[in-house]
Amino acid sequence: MTFVAFQGAVELGFIYALLALGSFVSYRVLNIADMTVDGSFTTGAALSAVCAIAGLPALGLPAAIVGGAAAGAVTALMQTKLKVQPILAGIITMTALYSINLKILGTANLSLFQIDNIFTHFGAARVALIVLIVLASAAALGLFFHTRTGLSVRATGDNEEMVRTSSINTDFTKTVGLCISNALAGLSGALLAQYQSFANINMGTGMVIIALASLIIGEAIFGRRCVPLSILAVLVGSIIYRIIMALVLSSDTDPSDLKLISAIIVAAAVSYPALREKWDYWGRRRGAKRDAQSGNNSNREQGDQEKRGGEHS
Amino acid sequence: MMILKRILSVLVCTATVCALFTGCGGKSAEFTIGLSQISDHPSLNTIRESFTAEMERLGYGPDRVSINYKNAQGDQSNLNSISQTFVGDQVDLIVAIATPTAQSAAAAAENSGIPVLFSAVTDPVAAKLVQDGQNPGGTITGTSDAIPVESIFGLAAQLTPNAKTFGFVYNLGEANSVSVINDAKAYCDQNGLTYKESTVTNSSEVQQAAQSLVGSVDAFFTPIDNTVAEAMPVFAEVAINAGLPIYPGADSMVIDGGFATVGIDYTVLGQKTAEMAIAILEGGDPATMPVVTLDNFRGIINKETADALNIDISGVTDMEVYTGGEE
Repeated sequence: MTFVAFQGAVELGFIYALLALGSFVSYRVLNIADMTVDGSFTTGAALSAVCAIAGLPALGLPAAIVGGAAAGAVTALMQTKLKVQPILAGIITMTALYSINLKILGTANLSLFQIDNIFTHFGAARVALIVLIVLASAAALGLFFHTRTGLSVRATGDNEEMVRTSSINTDFTKTVGLCISNALAGLSGALLAQYQSFANINMGTGMVIIALASLIIGEAIFGRRCVPLSILAVLVGSIIYRIIMALVLSSDTDPSDLKLISAIIVAAAVSYPALREKWDYWGRRRGAKRDAQSGNNSNREQGDQEKRGGEHS
Repeated sequence: MMILKRILSVLVCTATVCALFTGCGGKSAEFTIGLSQISDHPSLNTIRESFTAEMERLGYGPDRVSINYKNAQGDQSNLNSISQTFVGDQVDLIVAIATPTAQSAAAAAENSGIPVLFSAVTDPVAAKLVQDGQNPGGTITGTSDAIPVESIFGLAAQLTPNAKTFGFVYNLGEANSVSVINDAKAYCDQNGLTYKESTVTNSSEVQQAAQSLVGSVDAFFTPIDNTVAEAMPVFAEVAINAGLPIYPGADSMVIDGGFATVGIDYTVLGQKTAEMAIAILEGGDPATMPVVTLDNFRGIINKETADALNIDISGVTDMEVYTGGEE
């Protein structure tokens, strides 16, 4: 893999990390399966592209945040007030957003080629701006989860009944969570549109899968502990996923095998902890068998203890 | 640290799997071309295959030119990675088939000096790939599959002179379709024809979109739209049952059940792309190479459809007549 491809993978990894963070908020923190991100990602991209064409590229980012949040609010409204199933609510919003995004873009494909965008004055150092925006958003998210509202949002995902009996409005916390989740997705779309110099109505298709894959890879590596570590895990997971894709694309594989290979690699990365545990277990079993066959009682007892202790970890 | 070990093992795992799937590489050829496609689609595949065959026929076969083909498998997020791979590999030319592919390649190759040759982009000026069709003025040029709307409507006037209201069925999400439909609307307005439209977002909606127009139109017109092309057989069935002819934009759509067209032959498009590629590889400047649109189109009529619609095509001379059955 060349340096250009690697740098590109890192830049894309950071951009998609925002999307993965948004999915982290909905899937892990709130425990809601939210499909809206396919639509809100494109909404962010559309708003950002339109602002860039109008000569105000920097305005595209806050506009995308607001647009994404609005999409999240609609989904939340359907879930909380209209009691629509979460997945269905997300799909409904995503479907409606297709038409809305077309209206915003004005066309199926809007080109920003050679138009000033937020990266124009950075040249090769645009990775610095991307990293700055992403880290700032991640830090803001981490800080938010330590505020009172943030803690309520976290609690809602863990045990909604309990939260409701504590007289916290779970409708409100769910709405806040979904707004933040889709605002992050919108911001990610906004950055991508200006990075790749075009926005297309279909660019959001399949984003949920990418976000989830990044999420799961990050968790496989870091485990699920405290919130700051989880946020870091999501960032790392997204970057690793893009590096994996860049590696697969750089190699001489048959182009039609692309999805198969990336699926195998993601599956391997994700099942790594379970595989590792199995490997350790069999290693201990073999060790215990060896000691037993050598007829040494004390060694056997020690082996049993290790086995028991190992299975509890 | 444990986490670092885990990250490293994931990456090593990836590299190993890639190596397993890799053929033997490392041939040093005179030229390298990076060929990218957005998805596996018959028309796009035809362009690619015809491009490769024509390159070989003109003396630029695999011994002289190494063509690195990558397909994004319908996932736009892979396009950027593919383009960046090509730029990193410092290929001599990037050939990008379809509009988002070309835009991604253009953005990635912007400061690298690598020329970009697009194919199957209906309106490159609207996609901001070139300033002007005659003078691209940059490092990007290519072949366009713009279809001659006037010729198709002229054909319709000749074969079915009583058709005054046309039904447009297309996918608003495809930029190529939208630009052709805009041309069609302009033509209709100028020539006293009326039109109704019904848009779709995926191929499962085509049948109902067509049915909704039956009774209020005299004929159908559809551009080179991937979504409609996928559903062409069922679209044709609806139209034939209603006794209405379909004038599509591509000959493959006529073969699938449309009535007639003066349309794009993607094999010829691929050949023209190969000619332009060779010119660039031998030192040509893309800035002065005009965008090539086809000027001799393949007229084709589907006899089975004509018979089913009771339209007499015996007077038609200079068009290919497709009789169904064999290809």
